[in-house]
Amino acid sequence: MQVQIIRRKKNLIVRLKGELDHHTSLTFRQAVEKELEKEIIQNLIINMENLTFMDSSGIGAILGRYKQFRDRGGKVVICGLSRHNKKILEMGGLLKIIPVCTDERQALENLS
Amino acid sequence: MYHYRPGKQMNYMMLEVPARSENESFVRVVIAAFAARLDPTLEEVNEVKTAVSEAVTNSILHAYDDDRGLIKIRAFVEDKKLWIEISDSGKGIDDIARAREPLYTDKPELERSGMGFTIMENFMDEVVISSSPGKGTVVKMLKVFNKVAESSH
Repeated sequence: MQVQIIRRKKNLIVRLKGELDHHTSLTFRQAVEKELEKEIIQNLIINMENLTFMDSSGIGAILGRYKQFRDRGGKVVICGLSRHNKKILEMGGLLKIIPVCTDERQALENLS
Repeated sequence: MYHYRPGKQMNYMMLEVPARSENESFVRVVIAAFAARLDPTLEEVNEVKTAVSEAVTNSILHAYDDDRGLIKIRAFVEDKKLWIEISDSGKGIDDIARAREPLYTDKPELERSGMGFTIMENFMDEVVISSSPGKGTVVKMLKVFNKVAESSH
């Protein structure tokens, strides 16, 4: 899995490409935590447009980031959800607590 | 009921990999390729891949606790049915009923969601778990493809 990180003012955009499973979930976690150390970031946008596979490891990894940002007074927004990824997140109960947008632009509007 | 007959008529495959996390994606891809002959929908393939991923991850994380062991995968096909068995020789599951509960995990520090068995049960037509403490665990799963298409005829 490839993780691309973009800063938009107080918002961190993380683009995930490939497959999010137990093996790759640590890459995602570490990439976000590294950014949190050096910058004053409030919100997180997770772009899953190019995420071709996800299992329950994705639920744990996203829930972990949700708690991290909530504890800092920030928000997490997800965009680019495929049908499969949506089903997985729904089973984990994440769609009840995390807003879903169609793309990054809408996610940024949601946070502003 | 889950049953299979690995007899002469039934095509099958066997695979053995060390319990290392980089093999999770490999096993998923192998099973998806094996199932391709049954002409599954993309959604069905994703469901099978996810269920397999959950079972293999369980063996890596829980059965061997980072100790290196082996995971054996067998799959059989017949008509529109795919049988999958994923087994390890790890420490086993003490309480299977508790392990099956949604959101139950004994590794929250590793950001595990506790949804593995729930996902297997949702995505597969049958999931049978057998485990002997100290000996290992076998997860047997059945997937029946193209159920919607067949019933419409």
